[in-house]
Amino acid sequence: MKAVINIHTSDVGSSLLWLLPFVILALLFYGNVWARGVYQEPDAFVQEAFDGKPPEARLLWLTSGIRPKAKQILGHEPATRRVRYWTSNGRSVWILDEIGKDQPITTGFIVNQGKLEKVKILVFRESRGYEVRYPSFTDQFNQAGLTNNMGLDRNIDGISGATLSVRAVSKLSRLALYYHAIIQKNNDAP
Amino acid sequence: MLQTTRLMAVVLLGFSLPVYAASDTPPDMKTMWKLLQQQQAEIKKLKTENKRLSEKVDMAGDMAEEAIKTQSSAHKVAPSGTSMHKTHGANMQKTSIGGYGELHYNNLDSKNEIDFHRFVLFFGHEFSDSIRFFSELELEHSLAGEGKEGEVELEQAYVEMDLGENHHAKAGLFLLPVGILNETHEPNTFYGVERNPVEKNIIPTTWWEGGVGANGQIAPGWSYDVAITSGLKVGSDYKIRGGRQKVSEAVANDLAYIGRIKWTAIPGIELAATAQYQEDITQGNDPTAGSATLIETHAVIRKGPYGLRALYAQWDLDGSGPAAVGKDEQHGWYIEPSYRINNNFGVFARYNEWDNSDGSGSTTDTKNEQWNLGVNYWPHENVVLKLDVQDQSGAKDDDGFNLGVGYQF
Repeated sequence: MKAVINIHTSDVGSSLLWLLPFVILALLFYGNVWARGVYQEPDAFVQEAFDGKPPEARLLWLTSGIRPKAKQILGHEPATRRVRYWTSNGRSVWILDEIGKDQPITTGFIVNQGKLEKVKILVFRESRGYEVRYPSFTDQFNQAGLTNNMGLDRNIDGISGATLSVRAVSKLSRLALYYHAIIQKNNDAP
Repeated sequence: MLQTTRLMAVVLLGFSLPVYAASDTPPDMKTMWKLLQQQQAEIKKLKTENKRLSEKVDMAGDMAEEAIKTQSSAHKVAPSGTSMHKTHGANMQKTSIGGYGELHYNNLDSKNEIDFHRFVLFFGHEFSDSIRFFSELELEHSLAGEGKEGEVELEQAYVEMDLGENHHAKAGLFLLPVGILNETHEPNTFYGVERNPVEKNIIPTTWWEGGVGANGQIAPGWSYDVAITSGLKVGSDYKIRGGRQKVSEAVANDLAYIGRIKWTAIPGIELAATAQYQEDITQGNDPTAGSATLIETHAVIRKGPYGLRALYAQWDLDGSGPAAVGKDEQHGWYIEPSYRINNNFGVFARYNEWDNSDGSGSTTDTKNEQWNLGVNYWPHENVVLKLDVQDQSGAKDDDGFNLGVGYQF
């Protein structure tokens, strides 16, 4: 039976060269159980948003009146039937998930009077596109609002090689603004 | 909940008042006090009941969500993101699938053909939060087998493990970190029906090898990739593209080393440089050949609707063999400005120049030049229709136009 990668036994130097990186890798792997990309726990984000005194969490039920627009923004059905949020004095906080390429990106949003006050990547699990977590990217969303056709009222510059992560965060920002508009509308209703 | 409780109190009061309204004399204080106490007890009971019902509603919501997840798992299609469908097993381990494909029609001086150029499936699996597997299986030109035009290729199959928050290691078969298209080549992500000739003939994209590697971030906006892999094995023509062994019983007498540094600190801008070195590019087959070094650098800029891609790549082959036939220096570059008219349309122009025999022993002009002008139409963010016109000059003269349709999921 032939080996997939045919190492010539006469070439001892070459064989050792092959062995070395695998040994190093095995040593690096040994005992390591790091999980990637938890930049802030969602609870901590909520606490920070309300100076350590968050209001009680509420639920926004994604009823038949809300789901079609949410689907339009995401490009697919929302994965949940309801969304937890925190609100006080016209500000609301949302923790939302969306898949970039193949893993969910957990993002925190603070919406104030219909504008994004803060966007922060809380957990990033993708193998590529991590650049979306940097403030140079997320700061572009500051004070962004929603247009009538559910788009952002400004251009967001993407990141080469991170198209899908950029797309996911942009969608979530529009979703947070839309959900905020819904709860504001409900509060204003007589 | 407070509004509901108040409403209940008013209703209770409403029921109790008519009893006394019918009576001639109002109830005394003691009776009123007793009634109030009864009502308070009733309100308390209703509050408890209300809370219990709210909890039940929450539980019903949880159960509904769980039922959706379970159903999704059973049908192997869960709610997904933009590009990859997920399947969730009962033990919460995850397997994912995705893919892309592209059909091309080439109306050129050299050929008039239609070809389903690439049909690709991705399979991934998460063993744990820190260890995962990724693979890419490709069928090229629709039909593979003895005497057929196409090939079935395993382009990626590696295990990756996190070595901390910002560093990851991998082992297996993976795409080399070089160029713009080598790692990201889904058809909806670039302009032009065919991949550009510089990355194809110089780098050579798509290029994968077997070995071990690491990547990570060293500072905000700065990332690195390093790998030790199997290498090329070129023939007597010293043609780089023909030297890809595709990790198929590949001769591994000489390893290859590759490293890339990338800067993406400003959104919309990527600058990167790669170097690759191999001790003997013929894997010991040719005593007149020696080591080979690839240097590649590129910029990708996207600001608003304006885009620009530029790339330069160069191979230097040591040894009298390559030098004798002018193959000791092979290089190329391209520049591609583009404009995104709206979400659905974008136009581009690209100038490519490359030469696979520009070394000291070259006796003829082997430089190739190619212009491409074209348009992309995205009816959906993951589906694209393409048209481009091609005009070649120099050593080759293959003009015409290309049409294509591509998708990614």
